[in-house]
Amino acid sequence: MSVDLARARELAGSVPDPELPMLTLDDLGILRDVTAAGTRVVVSITPTYMGCPALAEMGADVARRLAAGGFAGAEVRVVIAPPWSSDWITAAGRRKLAAAGIAPPGRAPRAAAGPVPLTLTAGRTDVTCPACGSADTVLSAAFGATACRDLYRCRACREPFDHVKEI
Amino acid sequence: MGFDTAYRAIAEDSDDQRWAFGTGFTGPLAGVDQALPDGADGLELGAYCLMLGDDALVMSHRLQQWLARAPELEEETALANIALDLLGQARLLLTRAGQADGTGRDEDDLAFGRAGGEFRNVWLAEVADADFGGLIARLLVFSTWRLALLDGLRASRDPVLAAIAAKGVKELTYHRDYAAQWLLRLAGGTDYSRARIVAGLAAVTPLINELFTPTDTELGLSAAGLAPSPASLRAEVTAVLAHVLYPASLTPPQPGAGAPAEPVAGPSSGGRHGVHTAAMAELLDELQSVARAYPGATW
Repeated sequence: MSVDLARARELAGSVPDPELPMLTLDDLGILRDVTAAGTRVVVSITPTYMGCPALAEMGADVARRLAAGGFAGAEVRVVIAPPWSSDWITAAGRRKLAAAGIAPPGRAPRAAAGPVPLTLTAGRTDVTCPACGSADTVLSAAFGATACRDLYRCRACREPFDHVKEI
Repeated sequence: MGFDTAYRAIAEDSDDQRWAFGTGFTGPLAGVDQALPDGADGLELGAYCLMLGDDALVMSHRLQQWLARAPELEEETALANIALDLLGQARLLLTRAGQADGTGRDEDDLAFGRAGGEFRNVWLAEVADADFGGLIARLLVFSTWRLALLDGLRASRDPVLAAIAAKGVKELTYHRDYAAQWLLRLAGGTDYSRARIVAGLAAVTPLINELFTPTDTELGLSAAGLAPSPASLRAEVTAVLAHVLYPASLTPPQPGAGAPAEPVAGPSSGGRHGVHTAAMAELLDELQSVARAYPGATW
């Protein structure tokens, strides 16, 4: 009996992220691979940050959803290379973030050869307010409620909002 | 049995593996190929992973001690995030250490089951901060050095170390920027805030030389293409610190300038050899308190 990998991938990818539940693992770009080992499904996921405390929950949720869909005993593997980039968040994921009031990330800085450049000015200038659409925003805290977010404030409508960091 | 959100799944599910985030861990390298690269000495590689893992674990614990003490909620969140990033790095590195050295010790054995003399972190990671200025000075030096180190480690022939390094570089870039921006703010603030950052820099200065003093383990791994040599990091660290301090009209730390607390650079002294300051015992008392009171406890 062959494993319906397309179906397994769809199920695994549809699991919501524990900390950004408006996004699925597919939206977030952390579902890396779905393969078969005999009749068992092997799912590879990658952490956004190494200390991400939600990773174990994601793995358990994936295994549960697959079991409920008829794929018993699925194995979840963690892969750490290549490292996750916020560029992997899909277009659908970015729309869902903005609809939930969280500014999606801009393009991640490209890793150039040589020492990592130092940034002495705070924040990006291309972050758009998800509430009113103004580009007149300012970084208020470089670290936010979860490892993958920081906090901005809109100067036009005065609303504070979360923004997914570019990494 | 589908769940709308993982929160509901945790709340409604009676599986005691999942009563809260961060419980029910499997090893953080589960599913990662554990093979050692060709010609690598497992004991040496394990010892090296322990050094980098202990640096991250101990620095993370010191940062955690700032929670509920930071000047503003935003800074508390930032310090908690930085501590969490370092803890994540420590978990992977300690797990790799126990694999590579063949002892099979897991992250918990290594974090909670070792005596102070078995820890291999540099003194910079373990010392207590006198105040927020002291913390920012120490965090700037630590993150500048660790970023340079991990940047070099990306080219390691050990794929596990290279992967940890590639991910860590992204995290450390944020940590260093955070510390650098706070240093400028304190230096350019009031006379009082400037005095605090000047005192903080003076306090970390004697701890800098140790960062670039290689052990035989590091020299061996460097020669084998598994790790950057500690001494090779000095130029970048010095340049970055000067770049931050120059606009603040502050003098970059002059390592070795009349510091009584300076570890003697030699074959058998300093944190890399298990010789620690008095602050380390106090730190481990807290870090290991639950494991000591309830040996073997799981949750």
